[in-house]
Amino acid sequence: MTLPATSLTTEAPRGAFAFLRPGTWGFWRLAALSIALFTLAPVIVVFTYLGAPDTDVWTHLKQTVLLEYITHTLLLALGVAAGTAFIGVSLAWLTAVCDFPGRRFFSWSLMLPLALPAYVTGFVMIGVFDYTGPVQTGLREAFGPIWFPPIRSGAGVAFAMTLALYPYVYLLTRNAFLTQGRRALEAAQSLGLNRRQGFYRVALPLARPWIAGGVALVIMETLADFGTVAVFNYDTFTTGIYKAWFSLFSLPAAAQLASLLIVGVFVLLVFEQYSRNRMRYTPTGRASGHARITLHGKTKWLAAAWCALILLLAFALPVGMLVRWAWNVWAQDLDARYFSYAYHSLLLGALSALLCVWVATWLAYAARQHRDAAMKLTTRLATLGYAVPGAVLAIGSFSLIAWFDNSYIALMQSTGVHAEQILQGTLVAMLAAYLARFLAVAHQPVEAAMQRITQSQDDAARSLGLTTRQVLTRIHLPALRGGLLTAALLVFVDVMKEMPITLMTRPFGWDTLATRIFEMTSEGEWERAALPAAALVVAGLIPVVMLVRHSEKN
Amino acid sequence: MFNTKLIRAIAAISVSLLVAAGAARANDEVVVYSARNEQLIKPLFDAYTKETGVQIKFITDKEGPLMQRLKVEGANTPADLLLTVDAGNLWQAAQEGLLKPVQSKILGGNIPGYLRDPGNQWFGLSVRARTMVYNTQKLKPKDMTSYEDMASPKWKGRLCLRTSKKVYNQSLVAMMIAEHGEAKTEQIVRGWVANLATDVFPDDTKMMEAIAAGQCDVGIVNTYYFGRLIEKNPKLPLALFWANQSANGVHVNVSGAGVTKHAKHEQAAVKLLEWLSSKNAQNLFADVNLEYPANPLVKPDPVVAAWGSFKQNPINVTKAGELQAAAVKLMDRAGYK
Repeated sequence: MTLPATSLTTEAPRGAFAFLRPGTWGFWRLAALSIALFTLAPVIVVFTYLGAPDTDVWTHLKQTVLLEYITHTLLLALGVAAGTAFIGVSLAWLTAVCDFPGRRFFSWSLMLPLALPAYVTGFVMIGVFDYTGPVQTGLREAFGPIWFPPIRSGAGVAFAMTLALYPYVYLLTRNAFLTQGRRALEAAQSLGLNRRQGFYRVALPLARPWIAGGVALVIMETLADFGTVAVFNYDTFTTGIYKAWFSLFSLPAAAQLASLLIVGVFVLLVFEQYSRNRMRYTPTGRASGHARITLHGKTKWLAAAWCALILLLAFALPVGMLVRWAWNVWAQDLDARYFSYAYHSLLLGALSALLCVWVATWLAYAARQHRDAAMKLTTRLATLGYAVPGAVLAIGSFSLIAWFDNSYIALMQSTGVHAEQILQGTLVAMLAAYLARFLAVAHQPVEAAMQRITQSQDDAARSLGLTTRQVLTRIHLPALRGGLLTAALLVFVDVMKEMPITLMTRPFGWDTLATRIFEMTSEGEWERAALPAAALVVAGLIPVVMLVRHSEKN
Repeated sequence: MFNTKLIRAIAAISVSLLVAAGAARANDEVVVYSARNEQLIKPLFDAYTKETGVQIKFITDKEGPLMQRLKVEGANTPADLLLTVDAGNLWQAAQEGLLKPVQSKILGGNIPGYLRDPGNQWFGLSVRARTMVYNTQKLKPKDMTSYEDMASPKWKGRLCLRTSKKVYNQSLVAMMIAEHGEAKTEQIVRGWVANLATDVFPDDTKMMEAIAAGQCDVGIVNTYYFGRLIEKNPKLPLALFWANQSANGVHVNVSGAGVTKHAKHEQAAVKLLEWLSSKNAQNLFADVNLEYPANPLVKPDPVVAAWGSFKQNPINVTKAGELQAAAVKLMDRAGYK
């Protein structure tokens, strides 16, 4: 991770462009504003489809299904947020601070569910726990007709999404506990608090930006989700958007619903930001010298069992099913093309990870230069894309790409030259669309990590003559490594799983593992989809292993 | 003077080159936007390229995004042909001005009138029958009659359905509106909902598994899902029942295609479309997914033929598009999720 033009600062433009010079008020604001404008553009396009509101469709939805969509959405978001927070924080605490049998193994393997798309986890859960699945069938055979909690329900979808999404909270929180957990606990103990009090009153509050960041990502992902809720036929706000757009063919009504959703998310983010505004999170010293808490007796086995249970449900079970299904079809479907699918997936993942982390770092650092409401608003706006349902954002992005190409072609033709699309179907267009969607994913970990660097460190560095940008490259980047890697991993894997944007912006004949999953599932051939899904998990292991190797060094 | 001449000469040469390039492309290439999956269309396209030398470039996506894509690309779209499933989607594409009429004797001869757009903007290429499937341990064929009958109280707690969000069910209900009017159809759909044994399913396969396991007795499926499931697991106690045979016939829908309004290779696209409706291609098109050929002269796959012949509902499938929004709203009102 290097940033270009670090020496540029001394020869910064003067005169008319003086406000562009780093360090003057305009540069960082302008940087943040242009990032926000860029990533927000596809969302703005969706707003322009509002046009004249479609009162007919709107009234119909309001009279029939809208209320249910809203309550379902709120319940699901709450359930998944609570579930992922509980699982993510508990696992992070155990693996980062404590010591128990299998800790080393669990600390990395618990990241693995990240590579599984949530709808795959959901589909497997239904396959296993529904009436026709092995669990209920076995119970019926043993005990006759019995009642079993229905998996195709609100609780079922929350359960599946919690298992699929907890790694966001786990990864971010683990990072926080690794950097301060043990030290904080030690300080708490020296003040006479016992271990439990130390956790609740010191370590947990100190990790709040990380936990909140992870949960915010989970909530945004839940609100934007269509695939998982569709598998459970659980109707949420996103269902309404898809229905208005693709079944009732009312773009205005879909845009109306989408903008409501976006405004809701925005309010939520601003509220979260506001609630931790008055706090400062500064480091409590390096943790490496402090011993882990060794768990004894029953506790150590309980800890191991909890980790094992989550790993089993969230990873081993789904992957086991995938492997079983893939086993039936691999001879027929697996061919040399899979190398190119995997290569494309990895390429897109890696490039987007670099791009998103780079931009997120600039954004977070810019926000640091001006701690005021306007800047915070800009930052929040820049990361809204993650909460927009994928297909909606895909269409927004593609509209912009097509608009650009059409303008270019019109311009060329006005000079009498025949021209074709130059942006559509290029990597540049794909990466730009991914940036609009996944900037939030990179921004949360980077921003949280940056809070660990004190303002006094910045001030000291500045007083020694470093420019603002040198402070970033020499002070921040080395200290941010954990956060940057977490951010890169999340974006990497998220992009590999992404479907609507990839489908819409990819070049002709250019397939990825995710588009292969789409090809199979769109006609309900889930077993054949297991092969690309399993390949996706394998490819997803690469960045996970890279992150593990780094974090084990700490 | 000299300069003007030179410029004119250069302009003329470049224009002729461009036209030549355009013409060359027109013969060599067709660009397809397809909502039908890659594994269902690629074998066909490969066969076509082998037969004619024409290259086919295609991209797959869901039908909604593909149509939106055509819309925003406007006159500059590279697409020549839109290939999608369900008459509802094809009707919508025509409605939004994305397609253009094609006058072709071959297509007119190969595809029956009720399986294509009356304005010739799109043509059905394979037929998908949506009929009843039942548990053979619980029911005999004489127990069932029609979709409408599934609303009668005797089926209470015995019916399974797939979600109303799938366009196949939207089309089925739209065709029922065309036949019975909204009020009566709403009554029928309410009856279905009251008879459900369990929450509606996300897909046909899951629903059939539930019927086989005895969670319910009967449901409504597209026949190719049935074929696929039975092929994999021949022992399941499931069979098809041809609905409404003493009335108007089984609800059929199509997957089909139309030439885009701004096609750059219009001629080549029409040729491809004609070829797809021809005897040779029809089997490739339909059999790979156990569907029925749209061309009545072509026999279906032996597996499909073994399910028996049946009367198809002859109402033009265009109605599925015209009444789709009404059907969606009706199902929302009736509480069919």
